[in-house]
Amino acid sequence: MIVRISGEGQFRLPDEDAARLNELDNRAVAAVEQGDEHGFMELWAQMLDLVARDGNRLADDELEESDVILPPRDVSFEEAQGEFTGEGLIPD
Amino acid sequence: MPGLAGRMSTVVKSKISRMLDRAEDPGETLDYGYQKQVEMLQNVKKGIADVVTAKKRLQMQSSKLEQQVVKLDTQARQALSQGRDDLARMALERKTLAQTELQSLDSQIKELEGQQEQLTANEQKLRTKIEAFRTKKEVIKAQYSAAEAQVKISDAAHGVGEEMADLGLAMQRAEDKTEQMRARASAVEELEEAGTFDDITQLGSGEDDLDRQLKQLTSGAQVDDELAKMRAELGQGGGESPTLEQGKENA
Repeated sequence: MIVRISGEGQFRLPDEDAARLNELDNRAVAAVEQGDEHGFMELWAQMLDLVARDGNRLADDELEESDVILPPRDVSFEEAQGEFTGEGLIPD
Repeated sequence: MPGLAGRMSTVVKSKISRMLDRAEDPGETLDYGYQKQVEMLQNVKKGIADVVTAKKRLQMQSSKLEQQVVKLDTQARQALSQGRDDLARMALERKTLAQTELQSLDSQIKELEGQQEQLTANEQKLRTKIEAFRTKKEVIKAQYSAAEAQVKISDAAHGVGEEMADLGLAMQRAEDKTEQMRARASAVEELEEAGTFDDITQLGSGEDDLDRQLKQLTSGAQVDDELAKMRAELGQGGGESPTLEQGKENA
């Protein structure tokens, strides 16, 4: 699978990581919904770690569509909250 | 995926489709895509220039404040050596506030520097992708039938389109941050204009409204500490008493 970290680039990860990434993502959402900033930041760091550990950066001249796009590395808790209230990280 | 990633993917993918859906056939997709890519690169350049401008403005404010900190510190010492504790305290209060502003400015400058680096790297990456897209386009045209070519080109266009959409988002985010900092810079300028960091010799006697506000804003304990430290330093060479420097070399 190909994962993009917004503003940073694309990484190729083993397909088995999809389930783990999805699980972390769901827990991150739950943390945001509970207003748990610390929990969210911890889970977000774990997601980034997973990409850093298992991922290989795609060459700049590779033209691939990502399967998953993650928010920018320095996403703030407020921005993450915005994403779920429907306002979106970046409004259209 | 309805989560963080899902939401982000939806935003980016909807931007790509909007970019690509206008074209009917592969050739058009290429032309339109190329035109878009060139526009995008121009925008990125402008975005980077905006970040640099914002950074320069903050850097100028920062060096101005640094000068004020030095000046106020000198004045506090002079006032103290003349036994004018009230003036010394006033100067130190202003110095404390200027230092707090300085710290905040410096961290914002660092943030903008990071943004500038990231946008510049992304611009380079997009250039490489556009070049790869062009090469691929020629290969596809030479090797595949029209129907096959459409699929291949669409894949490549999505690849480069995603890069463009993502860079667009990064730029918008950078712009928002730069805007916030611009507002912040204006606020500091207002403080400057109100004379918040001016040297104390330019003030009339008596406590004005600004001084009362400063007393509330700055930490009394920090000022007390510094005052005590200065007294101790001055206590050793306390004989001479230089006159309070006039603020004519106003930087």
